[in-house]
Amino acid sequence: MAEIVRKAAAGTLESSDVYVEIAPGEAGIDLELESVVKEQFGQAIEQVVRQVLQEQGVTCARIRLVDRGALDCVIRARVETAIVRGGE
Amino acid sequence: MRRSMLFIPGNTPNLVVNSPYLGADAIIFDLEDAVSPGEKDAARILVRNTLRYLDLGGQETIVRINAIDTDYWQKDVEEMVAQGPDLLMLPKSSRPEDVRTVDEAITRAEERAGARRRIRLMPLIETALGVENAYAVATASPRVAALFLGAEDLTADLRCQRTKEGREIEYARTRLVTAARAADIDVYDTPFTDVNDDEGAWRDVETARALGFTGKASISPRHIQAINTVFSPSQEEVDYAYEVMEAIRMAKEQGRGAIALRGKMIDAPIVARARRTLEMAREIGMERSEA
Repeated sequence: MAEIVRKAAAGTLESSDVYVEIAPGEAGIDLELESVVKEQFGQAIEQVVRQVLQEQGVTCARIRLVDRGALDCVIRARVETAIVRGGE
Repeated sequence: MRRSMLFIPGNTPNLVVNSPYLGADAIIFDLEDAVSPGEKDAARILVRNTLRYLDLGGQETIVRINAIDTDYWQKDVEEMVAQGPDLLMLPKSSRPEDVRTVDEAITRAEERAGARRRIRLMPLIETALGVENAYAVATASPRVAALFLGAEDLTADLRCQRTKEGREIEYARTRLVTAARAADIDVYDTPFTDVNDDEGAWRDVETARALGFTGKASISPRHIQAINTVFSPSQEEVDYAYEVMEAIRMAKEQGRGAIALRGKMIDAPIVARARRTLEMAREIGMERSEA
């Protein structure tokens, strides 16, 4: 299980990227998503984020994403990078 | 067939995800110079996820890892090998030992990942020592598939100015072509770095082909068309290659040993060249022109 011990960020606000901020949470996953395509793909993006958190063993964290139209592989990469940077 | 190779900065999603549509025969995801030290982790993770999850349409993929005098290269090898790019490019390959060190690391990573195919290596020759050791580097491991000349770092090492005309790299270019051909591997020329000078780019590509390079790298999609065009056979070359193969077939049928075409003896090197031309023509869909 990976524990988020500090606030960390990954990604940028450029087109096709997603900016991810992660911080220690209190209970479970607290996810906040801002996206230009939230209406169409919000659920799918959230699903990818939760899947990566699960794969990395993160069960408790606050995570905020500002999406600029990132594909799944980019979302996966930025969430993973934020976890690595915020973890022990 | 690999004529053009396009550098894609490894931490730029916009370019990474669009890389299959930029016209290059191969893409080089760059984890080295295009990535700042603070983003090495992010670039490595982005390229790894791209190789794993993005459909690149079967395009050949190369990853330029960090040099072996850095703290990054081992992790680069470990994480990239598991995703099976076609080649790893090793910057600052100056000695055969450098190549063997990375070769061993790749072998270990392949075993751990249970890799089914063997990743090949493309040493980047960009130091004076690397140029002098070109043949030893080219033959340091059976993984080595091609040499690649990097003129920016090389000219810094040679303590001379890098110019568009490229006189300062004439020796390195011919040396690398000779070393690579002696080792029976491919050889790629350095990028032309002025992305706004199209005429200069064409001239530079033509120079590279005239010297015997297999192809050329680019840092901009703008130069890919020039590279693909210049490194493809011309219609005249394709037609001549067909004539050579026909002349050979007829000579065999008639039981003649020596044959001439257009007043010139056809010998083994001419036949070999004709075969290569036709192979390439087939790959890019070129046919014989109507007589």
